[in-house]
Amino acid sequence: MSHDTKHRLVYMANQISKAFAHDQEDKAVEEISNHLKKFWEKRMLAQIFEHLDAGGEGLDPLAKKAVAALQRSAQPA
Amino acid sequence: MGLIQETDYGTKPSKATALVTLTIDGQSITVPEGTSIMRAAAEMGTRIPKLCATDSLDSFGSCRLCLVEIEGRPGTPASCTTPVGQGMVVHTQNAKVAKLRKGVMELYISDHPLDCLTCSANGNCELQDAAGEVGLREVRYGYEGKNHLDAEKDVSNPYFQFDPSKCIVCSRCVRACEEIQGTFALTIDGSGFNSKVSAGINEDFFDSECVSCGACVQACPTATLMEKSVIEVGQPEHSEVTTCAYCGVGCTFKAEMRGEEVVRLVPYKDGKANHGHSCVKGRFAWGYATHKDRITKPMIREKITDPWREVSWEEAISYAANKFKQIQAEHGKDSIGGITSSRCTNEETYLVQKLIRAGFGNNNVDTCARVCHSPTGYGLVNTYGTSAGTQDFDSVDEADVILVIGANPTDGHPVFASHMKKRLREGAKLIVADPRRIDLVRSPHVEAAHHLALRPGTNVALVNALAHTVIEEGLADEDFIRERCDWDEFAEWAAFIMRKENSPEATEAHTGVPAAELRAAARLYANARNAAIYYGLGVTEHSQGTSTVIAIANLAMATGNVGRPGVGVNPLRGQNNVQGSCDMGSFPHEFPGYRHVSDNTARRILEMDWGVSLSNEPGLRIPNMIDAAMDGTFLGLYIQGEDIVQSDPDTKHMVAGLSAMKCVVVQDLFLNETADYAHVFLPGCSFLEKDGTFTNAERRIQRVRKVMAPKNGYADWEVTVMLAKAMGMTMDYSHPSEIMDEVARTTPSFAGVSYEALDKLGSIQWPCNEKAPTGTPVMHIDGFVRGRGRFIISDYVPTDEKAGPRFPLLLTTGRILSQYNVGAQTRRTDNVAWHGEDVLEIHPFDAEQRGVKDGGWVKLASRAGETSLRAKITDRVAPGVVYTTFHHPLTQANVITTDYSDWATNCPEYKVTAVQVSLSNGPTEWQTEYQAHSEQARRIAPPVAAE
Repeated sequence: MSHDTKHRLVYMANQISKAFAHDQEDKAVEEISNHLKKFWEKRMLAQIFEHLDAGGEGLDPLAKKAVAALQRSAQPA
Repeated sequence: MGLIQETDYGTKPSKATALVTLTIDGQSITVPEGTSIMRAAAEMGTRIPKLCATDSLDSFGSCRLCLVEIEGRPGTPASCTTPVGQGMVVHTQNAKVAKLRKGVMELYISDHPLDCLTCSANGNCELQDAAGEVGLREVRYGYEGKNHLDAEKDVSNPYFQFDPSKCIVCSRCVRACEEIQGTFALTIDGSGFNSKVSAGINEDFFDSECVSCGACVQACPTATLMEKSVIEVGQPEHSEVTTCAYCGVGCTFKAEMRGEEVVRLVPYKDGKANHGHSCVKGRFAWGYATHKDRITKPMIREKITDPWREVSWEEAISYAANKFKQIQAEHGKDSIGGITSSRCTNEETYLVQKLIRAGFGNNNVDTCARVCHSPTGYGLVNTYGTSAGTQDFDSVDEADVILVIGANPTDGHPVFASHMKKRLREGAKLIVADPRRIDLVRSPHVEAAHHLALRPGTNVALVNALAHTVIEEGLADEDFIRERCDWDEFAEWAAFIMRKENSPEATEAHTGVPAAELRAAARLYANARNAAIYYGLGVTEHSQGTSTVIAIANLAMATGNVGRPGVGVNPLRGQNNVQGSCDMGSFPHEFPGYRHVSDNTARRILEMDWGVSLSNEPGLRIPNMIDAAMDGTFLGLYIQGEDIVQSDPDTKHMVAGLSAMKCVVVQDLFLNETADYAHVFLPGCSFLEKDGTFTNAERRIQRVRKVMAPKNGYADWEVTVMLAKAMGMTMDYSHPSEIMDEVARTTPSFAGVSYEALDKLGSIQWPCNEKAPTGTPVMHIDGFVRGRGRFIISDYVPTDEKAGPRFPLLLTTGRILSQYNVGAQTRRTDNVAWHGEDVLEIHPFDAEQRGVKDGGWVKLASRAGETSLRAKITDRVAPGVVYTTFHHPLTQANVITTDYSDWATNCPEYKVTAVQVSLSNGPTEWQTEYQAHSEQARRIAPPVAAE
């Protein structure tokens, strides 16, 4: 695996997505974003949000949706 | 404080509930049916002379010393083998039995060296005691006859000697090896006068099957089997009960002392985890505490390329605190963190996480459980509601089928393995799921009914296939599921598990386990009255470690094997205090007691107690700390008792990350591999030098008691307090008991724990609170902690670490009996006699293809790196699989392992690395450079002379 932090975060997000891929999409997105919120430190979240904003290259579709959902919920209303 | 003398009742207690009343020497006594006369007498305070009897062993009746008379019965039966009877009238002493005993003693003594004054057992010899008890005054036969006095000593074992000239052939050692340890290494060779104790087939102890557990030494009534430390130092004069600092079994020992010198550690009969048994590490390998490599003075250096400079504690603490404060001032409060250790006490880990959360102002705390059992926490919390095993160790006594997955108890948890083997010898069935043919698969009087030799990385497929068989063949416990679990979640899971891809026939392609064998194993597990699962790091250290824990939890629930003795899901924890360090809030996302940092109620309790506001956001895990260091945002690290350079994966990346930091503080006994990259070294102290508690794999909290002053001047908790104060915190404790009091008042599952309660009860298994004031041996009895048990779908996702043309073999790593983890302790003891270097196990087929010779050097290469070590050709591993240990720093097995990790917890995938093996002439360039660098990094500048 690459030692580049962003690549690693993308890999981790995809790995988490695969663990919930058997769920209905809505539930999977919720589970994945909850997992990220519960376990990822804020600079990791900032980096994955930044990566998503730049197009989210390499993120699986489910991971992309979950990161986007988390990003939306993290933004002030 | 004196020497703790445990009463030897001569025979084991009876488990019967029916009572019998008899008369012994005119005194009426009531005992459980089945109790021996010897034990009944001992319970009323009468000691019948004995030699072959001891209460850790089954009655044997060979020495003929414990004869008694029973009114109305002929002869003089042995009191150790004769059970009590209702109304029985027993005489333990009269002219007849006295004469008989004296005659027996004469025979023993006629063939015994009368060197009592210079004998190592002088003052602690049962033969000497028995001679005194029977009033032996002369030996009519003289001493000139045929005897064994010239028999040669066997001093081959590093820790004890065997002197056959002193042997009375009571067989206690042989029986201890069989009944307690279960190794069957000893026997009585020959017959009559030629009878002698023999290790193996007339081998010396070291070369025999003996595992050096010490059970025979403990059982020996004379000086025949004697610790070399006693021979050297003499008999101890006082002792203290404490807890072993090696594996997660948590054996209780008596540290037997002369002054501040340890004479020996002897397993404590009342120890609830070990019941008086031990292994070669806990019993004998404590000499590291006084090893010459021990660093006892604090040291600092500006750059990691500088030599170390010894300084005062004040200067070292002040230097570290100022560096940390400076880093935070320049790079923000999240730029530093810390790592707690499973080798340290609960109180120490609690303080380190408190320092980080309340003093550093962030949640950047992690622990070595990251690399071992973090998936256990995630998996069991989400399915059952608690991050811990469900049973106590004694539960195995009631198991009828034992499923061992990814654990090697005889090496990793030897004392519990002996307990388990005893149950297996009683008839329980065994299923082993492991890529290697571990010792449990076939050893004396133990043979697995099924060895599911799966390919590394396919645990989830295997456990799902077991569950598939259970559901498909109607073996699920529907009543249990309906009563205890969420039925809809079960139905959803069952539909998933019934998919064709989860059938044994389909998973065989991944696992390599024949479908018929797997189905038979599933039937055996599911049909058992009580079936228990024990698992280890072979489950957790995978990219799907958490999924396997969940799959195991599902399987146990589906078959109703949770919530009573004899069943359950039992993680075998690697280090002595893995459970405790996790309980104490060492993970970056949770406070003590497994409460998430975003839990407002928990956070407010701690904020009120600590007087600071706490972050509600998770901190960095160890691998993320290293990544952040490489990114320049994480620059200071306080590491207590851990050696992440040797123990964590992908060494080169770890080293690069540490090298990028501005201040690394290492607190340890020795200059370990991580200290090579440190700026401050704070000397630590051993478990013999401090007070505290450890929590073992069965959630059992036990006291660690100080038996000598810290060689470095301070207990480890005191060092953390000094650092915290230098960082500006208020932290005042006068004793670790006050730290536990704080844990109890802020953590609901520990509410009833205190040193006073521990001293009174001996140990406490959490939860311990108003509902369970003396603790909880078995969990989930009336319902799961989380309410209803939750079935969670665990889909098999193959690891991305795959064998291929360049790296065609799969490496899996593990431990060996004589060494402990990174070996920092055991390598500094005589245990190196058994394992002086890591070797690579390779199947004869793979070895032949590569021209590898047994004992020859081979290069082991993966995508991450390469190292060289010697090969051991064995069919313990399957073709295509190789295996090594990680106990020696010069092997650097973790140069090979990759940074793939568990999806949920980032626990590294140590158990699957694609590798190639080729011939080699010796250590690689990396190893040579690494050794040179280590020597350079450990230079200590000579002290500057005062002017």
